[in-house]
Amino acid sequence: MAKRAIWGALVVLLVIAAAYASFFVAPTENSMGEIQRIFYLHAASGWAGMTAFFVCFVANIFYVLGRKQKWDWIGVSAAEVGLAFTTVLLITGPIWAHPVWGIWWTWDARLTSTFILWMLYIAYLLLRGMLEEPDRRALLSAVFGIFAFIDVPLVFGAIRWWRTQHPQPVIMGGPGSGLEPTMRKVFFFSVLAMHALMVLLLSERYRLEKTRDEFLEVQREAEAG
Amino acid sequence: MSLLSNAAVLLGKELRTEFRSRELLTTTVVFILMVVVLFSFTFDTSSAESKRFAPGLLWLAFLFAASLMLQPCFLREQNNDTLSALRLSVSDPFAIFLAKLAANTLFLLLTELLMLPVFSILFNVPAGPVVAPLILVFFLGSLGISVAGTALSAISAQARMRELMLPILLLPLLTPVLIASAEATAALLDPAHAFRKDWVGFLAIFDVVFLTAMWLFGEYLLEE
Amino acid sequence: MIEPASAPGIRFDKIDKRYGGLYALRRVSLEIAKGECVALVGRNGSGKTTLLRITARLARPTSGTLAFVGGIPGHDSQLAPVGFVAHATMVYDELTAEENLLLFGRLLGVPEVSTRVAELLREIGLYDRRTSMLRTFSRGMRQKVAVARALLHRPAVLLLDEPATGLDSVSVQWLARTLKQLRDSGCTILISLHGESEISALATRAVRLDSGAVVADSATGGSAAAILNSSVSG
Repeated sequence: MAKRAIWGALVVLLVIAAAYASFFVAPTENSMGEIQRIFYLHAASGWAGMTAFFVCFVANIFYVLGRKQKWDWIGVSAAEVGLAFTTVLLITGPIWAHPVWGIWWTWDARLTSTFILWMLYIAYLLLRGMLEEPDRRALLSAVFGIFAFIDVPLVFGAIRWWRTQHPQPVIMGGPGSGLEPTMRKVFFFSVLAMHALMVLLLSERYRLEKTRDEFLEVQREAEAG
Repeated sequence: MSLLSNAAVLLGKELRTEFRSRELLTTTVVFILMVVVLFSFTFDTSSAESKRFAPGLLWLAFLFAASLMLQPCFLREQNNDTLSALRLSVSDPFAIFLAKLAANTLFLLLTELLMLPVFSILFNVPAGPVVAPLILVFFLGSLGISVAGTALSAISAQARMRELMLPILLLPLLTPVLIASAEATAALLDPAHAFRKDWVGFLAIFDVVFLTAMWLFGEYLLEE
Repeated sequence: MIEPASAPGIRFDKIDKRYGGLYALRRVSLEIAKGECVALVGRNGSGKTTLLRITARLARPTSGTLAFVGGIPGHDSQLAPVGFVAHATMVYDELTAEENLLLFGRLLGVPEVSTRVAELLREIGLYDRRTSMLRTFSRGMRQKVAVARALLHRPAVLLLDEPATGLDSVSVQWLARTLKQLRDSGCTILISLHGESEISALATRAVRLDSGAVVADSATGGSAAAILNSSVSG
């Protein structure tokens, strides 16, 4: 119990430190001003979300092959956490875009692809909600999860290729586009902090799922006995 | 019996059943027609703009139609539990998927080809000179829709709210197919009649990837 | 119809089947000898259907093993041709009787399938209706086609899940006669039933399931008749 609290506190401190760094350590960007600082949260959340979805993918495969419940719990936890981070990315996008370029949404390649990614995992969670029997739910959502993840590179590829044919003014530079050394350090630190947060949330969500299962087991035994 | 001969026998059954009643084909064609006509109210069809929107809207109509047409695929095997009879009779459960996806591709392609002249007339895009490459694009796109759609139909058939779940699962997954097919079709219908090898290649890759995924994981969708 | 020497026995070893948290079957261990005709009795939800579907390899046990023992030489003991007649007819309403049987016959790889189908259609007395759609058939007629489907590949093991449900007495008698013939020619048969009937009279052994566990087995104690009877009140 104490161990969990300590880890939790450390992660929170890490996140606070990253926030501090993005506000006070990173230099102000030339053209966009202070609002650009949201980039650190935006991009780092995106990466953490992608990693979570990858964890979901791996968990799905392990479940299909081994049928151990814990992989199902990891899968759903990773999907939910991934969705949370991806939502942060999709919200910080417009918050960043509006003051700088005067528009709320831009159908640029990365944002659009991320939107589809987001919808795929919403579909994953929705599917789970529509399947009652636990083993069936675990297996069918795992297979869909696998299909969804292998679709991701195809989605990103198709949208990027499509955007090169029909270019829009590029307004949201990629993470590698002209990051000055200090900025780069703050960026990587933010990525680290977000990943630590992701792991924390995932493990807590996993505990919740495990406890729920244990509770149901006890309830069942009480009813039977 | 081998995988391919099982699949061939089952494909025969799927085709015979459909061509006897033709209910899937007729309802799908009518649905696509309705969607296309309704789309035409949303913009000025005489302008040059319409030439740009039209292929994308056509493929969107195909996607919507497919997400409805694919519903009965596994749902009707729940009648009389014929799915269990099939599972007992075939040597490899993938034969069931192979047959159904072949049938679905064929049905989709048929409805699309029936819609092509109608679309051509309604939007004033001559398709005559490019019919052959268009058929190729329609085939690869329909194959992609069917491969994903047949697998997802097996999933949604077991879920609640299945009529809505299938489109929710299918449409985001098929984004690459929509983009690639629409682009390839647009390029062909354009006065320059360009054949976009890149998009056609992309469609082929999508088809291969998901066919492989279905082969690897399909049997788990039929488990009890 | 079948070769008696090739009928295997069935061994269930500590079979568990869980659906989520519910046990449909709990540590079921049974040894069924080759050629035995066993009646499986129990209330709804006692696990009879689940046990049969596991035997037919439609469902997988959560733990435990199933094996076919001493069957056709050269056949994997995990695989044996089984015929399964379920509660649902498992045939296509939108195909004719002949088309249905030809379909499954071809999938199973039955040699000289057209001859075999004609033979079966005659046996079930539906040769004259072979080109009629199954949706025009009565429940009894459809069940006959279902039995024919199960027998296409001359299985040595026959599994039946409450096969007489919804059948009129003439059809039940036909079913009892058919099963008797199969039993006498050496088939291993497992039938799930609700209680005594013309069908249950064919069984030489009765096993009672309750809440997924074996609670009575005439092979280890008690008479088959007693076990069958007790289920009427249960």
